[in-house]
Amino acid sequence: MVPYLLKRLAQSVFVLFGITLITFLLVFLLPADPARMIAGRSATVATVESIRRELGLDRPLPVQYVSYLKGLVRGDLGRSYAQRAPVSDLIASRFAPTVQLALAGILFELLIGLPAGIAAALRRGTRFDQVVMGLAFVGVSAPQFVVGLLLIYLLAYLVPVFPLGGYGTPMHLVLPAVAVGLAGGGWYARVTRSATIDVLRQDFVRTARAKGVFPSRVVLKHVLKNAVLPVVALVGLDIGVFMGGIVVVESVFGWPGIGQMIWQAIQLVDIPVIMGGVLITALFVVVGNLVADLVYPALDPRIRYQ
Amino acid sequence: METATKANPKSLGRRLGAVTRLAAALLVVTLGAAATAQQGGRAVVSFQVDVSTLDPAIGYDWQNWSIIKSMFDGLMDYEPGTTNLKPHLAESYTVSDDGLTYTFTLREGVKFHNGRELVAEDVKYSLERVLDPATQSPGQGFYLSIAGAQEFIDGQADEVVGIRVVDDRTIEFTTSEPDAAFLHKLGLNFAHVVPREAVEAAGGDFGHQPVGTGGFKLREWVLGQRLVLERNPDYFEAGVPYLDELVFEIGVDPNVAFLRLQRAEVDVLGDGIPSARFTEVMADPVLSQQVAMGEQMQTGYVTINVTTPPFDDVRVRQALNMAINKDRIVRIINNRAVPANQVLPPLFEAHDPAYEGYPYDPERARELLAEAGYPNGFDTVLYAYNVAPNDRIAQAIQADLAEIGVNAELRTQAQSTVIEAGGAGEAPLIWSGGMAWIADYPDPNNFYWPILACASNIPGGWNWARYCREDLEERAAVADTLARADQAEQRNEEWRQIFLEIMEDAPWIPIFHELQVSMHSSRVTGPEGIFTDPMHIPVHYEYIRMAE
Amino acid sequence: MGSTQRARGHERRAQVAVPRSDGAAAAPVAALAVDGAGGAGPAPGARRGARRAPSGWVRRFLANGAGVVGLVGVTLVVAVALAAPVLAPHDPARQYFDGLTLEGDPLPPSERFLIGTDLLGRDLLSRVIHGARVSLLVGVVANGAAVLIGLVVGVLAGYFRGTVETVLMRLTDIMTAFPALILAIALAAILRPSLWIVALVIALVNWVWIARAIYAQVLSVARRDFVEAASALGMSAWRTLLRHILPHLVSTLMVFGTLGISTTVLLEASLSFLGVGVQPPMPSWGGIINESQSYFLDAPWLVVFPGAAILLTSLSFNLLGEALRDALDLAERR
Repeated sequence: MVPYLLKRLAQSVFVLFGITLITFLLVFLLPADPARMIAGRSATVATVESIRRELGLDRPLPVQYVSYLKGLVRGDLGRSYAQRAPVSDLIASRFAPTVQLALAGILFELLIGLPAGIAAALRRGTRFDQVVMGLAFVGVSAPQFVVGLLLIYLLAYLVPVFPLGGYGTPMHLVLPAVAVGLAGGGWYARVTRSATIDVLRQDFVRTARAKGVFPSRVVLKHVLKNAVLPVVALVGLDIGVFMGGIVVVESVFGWPGIGQMIWQAIQLVDIPVIMGGVLITALFVVVGNLVADLVYPALDPRIRYQ
Repeated sequence: METATKANPKSLGRRLGAVTRLAAALLVVTLGAAATAQQGGRAVVSFQVDVSTLDPAIGYDWQNWSIIKSMFDGLMDYEPGTTNLKPHLAESYTVSDDGLTYTFTLREGVKFHNGRELVAEDVKYSLERVLDPATQSPGQGFYLSIAGAQEFIDGQADEVVGIRVVDDRTIEFTTSEPDAAFLHKLGLNFAHVVPREAVEAAGGDFGHQPVGTGGFKLREWVLGQRLVLERNPDYFEAGVPYLDELVFEIGVDPNVAFLRLQRAEVDVLGDGIPSARFTEVMADPVLSQQVAMGEQMQTGYVTINVTTPPFDDVRVRQALNMAINKDRIVRIINNRAVPANQVLPPLFEAHDPAYEGYPYDPERARELLAEAGYPNGFDTVLYAYNVAPNDRIAQAIQADLAEIGVNAELRTQAQSTVIEAGGAGEAPLIWSGGMAWIADYPDPNNFYWPILACASNIPGGWNWARYCREDLEERAAVADTLARADQAEQRNEEWRQIFLEIMEDAPWIPIFHELQVSMHSSRVTGPEGIFTDPMHIPVHYEYIRMAE
Repeated sequence: MGSTQRARGHERRAQVAVPRSDGAAAAPVAALAVDGAGGAGPAPGARRGARRAPSGWVRRFLANGAGVVGLVGVTLVVAVALAAPVLAPHDPARQYFDGLTLEGDPLPPSERFLIGTDLLGRDLLSRVIHGARVSLLVGVVANGAAVLIGLVVGVLAGYFRGTVETVLMRLTDIMTAFPALILAIALAAILRPSLWIVALVIALVNWVWIARAIYAQVLSVARRDFVEAASALGMSAWRTLLRHILPHLVSTLMVFGTLGISTTVLLEASLSFLGVGVQPPMPSWGGIINESQSYFLDAPWLVVFPGAAILLTSLSFNLLGEALRDALDLAERR
């Protein structure tokens, strides 16, 4: 296990390096001039140029990239062009809320999706199955902004059970997490269902059922473990993707997550913040997928890593 | 609904008469206010976008502009709710006969939030800081008219010789040539005074650790969530601010902010009334009382790149002007604007109310196009900022143009992309909404130099129409030298004529002048016009108070 | 073949068209199926590779009520997309001055505008009808491409392991963290905005989900005894993949292929918002929703109708797909 982990760690470094490189290139492909955005509309050409020099934006790209990497190694993510504050401060201030929403969101996705998917698979073809799967489709097809607005309107405004958006207490977390969970839950439900059906077809399960024995605990556990495999994959991805922030949910609920920060940074071509945000996302993508990969053998012992 | 009285567009020349009238008005207001005013209380303002910085030398977006104004002060300021300039940190000032030297006498006893008393040296420091390239201030370009500024910027001098500290209470500015808008420029946030020791102590992060002289000081700032200001008990203006605490909640979606306003969790909608609810609000007898509408120094326009065929033919540009149904566009934004037919908004003295501009006449437009050699119209591209309602407005413009045969491919993109395309001179047509011109100060030259002058017809410049008339440029420069108070009327007339001639050339299609619409809860109130203060958007924070 | 061949179960219908990998006793599971149970135990005469009568699957398909509904739905959407100019009562780009109230708000459903108008006074029904083209293209093509790419990556990585697995899975990591928004904005400026760019960006970004899910399943399936046995017997990798592993993946692929239509259509809207794809006034279901979202509480028809269109489309594809899969026995039998 340890050699495997070490290998993955080494590979992760490559992945992060790759991401920063790609993002760096892409950002500079953007048809926008950060120096001009900072200098504002009333600046002279001289001001714009001097800002460009101050920020080192007039140096060749490779030089800028190396300089950025050097800073990374020191733990310096640079300063936001728009806010002039250190990027690490900006990310730090949004880190906890992002983690909370990511975890709570995944929790709700699983709570909603797993039981529904398994139950539907066990009752395949019945009305129950059809209804549950229909709901899954609705959950996935409903635009998150609308879902969020509706949740707020119904459960925070008309009937003031929850607060009207914002951050701070567990009550604040519920509605945003539900909004995330409804969409993802639909996916999880369907994927679980099809994976469960596939496992249920296996020999020993069929045999047990043919004998009229309702699948024993052991068998059920085996079914669950295998059915959950693709869901684990999705959870791993969700960890990474959610840690990059969920802009829509954040903006409707006023949740101070990283998603809003990155989105605003993209609009303003605030390069250091964009790079910082992508870096954090990449970090958690790597972590999330690694966690998923480590969970597979726990579920299915036949899976082994070199 | 309270409609703000049209802010009297006063030029410096009419100051004296205005002062008397205003003094009377203020007396009434103060007496009335004294009867009901109460100190104390806490108001909450909601914003969606993060507050970027509170450093007056750097902050230049519409959101932090008025927050900074409530935390810092400059030599000059505007009377609340109006565009009338008056001395602020300065007790009084004199201007030399040649219009080149301004001498200010500072008030006594003005204290920074850290307790230290303000002296003239601080004023010099603050302005040199803005001019210093290391600060990367967006306001640097405003103060180039100060003698010695350019040398200081170029590193040839250690100080700006045109700013002279006479003594602790007296400071003298010398400009290299008469600048009629100079006093306005001293009213900009960039000229607000900061204490050197606090700037240096903050080590580059003064924007998040602001120390000023203003009515409010910083109590708490949780990045991305909440900004809390508290009243400065030592503020030199008596009686203000009224509120003990001013809270800015960040990241709030405008639709949710509206719901929170109904629940009295938010007192001022920083981002305005969401378009979806606007009609409903105005129709409601209770809610409409909480809405204030007033004029802004704003014009929304389509720039026409005069260097790109077929737009180099003035007939084509005039045809475009006649093709747009401005009433319909105004309706699309819930009538929160007035149709525009010229460059300057009505708030300006130099605006010509008698000018009729180009009528909405698609027939005539088609004729003009045919005359110019395009009987079947032509294809072109229209750029716009993608955030609502600009995408809708751009589509309306696109549809109107299609009616006369001009097929405009619409490109709605991120703001920075559009600005880049405009600056590069690549965009034939740009709808300026969302990036559009709101004047920095209430002087007509602010609508010329950055966006219509030959001087800004440069790569990266904001003159997206690529318009340049040397003769007009000369006249504009001359008009700006009419700096004396008694020349104000003449100056306004000059500018009026310049802008009317520009309209003859039709480098723009002026579409509308947006109205400022703000909504507040019934818990807060303030003097007339405070919720639509043209200089402090969305509200003048130091003058709002709790309703009794 | 020979001794390792397991007893084949039988389908309550006819014989196997596609070889199974697992043994398949039918009954109790099938007992829950809508069309009733079959017997238990291996059917006499069932042979591997036996081909059934060609018309059999059609009959089976038509017997599946849900499948027929799906077929109707898909046909309807495709027909609407193709016949849009004829079907739409108004020009979808025509902005009516009286299509808005005096205050500038959209109109609710009326005789003239059957499902109301949008924020610019355009007929919503016409826009939804014309929007079918864009949304169908993006939803089916872009999503289909993503599923295909994801399938290939997931299978290769999960089956062949080793360096292939490492390279592909790390590539997946990179593409998950990839800032698609920035790519979209950059492309929007460099190239002329077009639907194909949107489809490309979506395919480029969405495949990771399928890849990871498929990878997980392949890891497990490939370790099952019959597969290891098959390769021990010298069955070529490709054949193993096709006959033993792929059938287990069909259901998951079906889910991504159909549910993904919804997410893709909505994603297209965000990308077009950034200037990459469809430019106004061309309508798309996602685009209509995107521009009218904040009006949901006041003008719900602007979200409900295009939303329903998206829902019905992906649902129809799903019902159709699952019924086809069952009829053709592509996956494991019930």
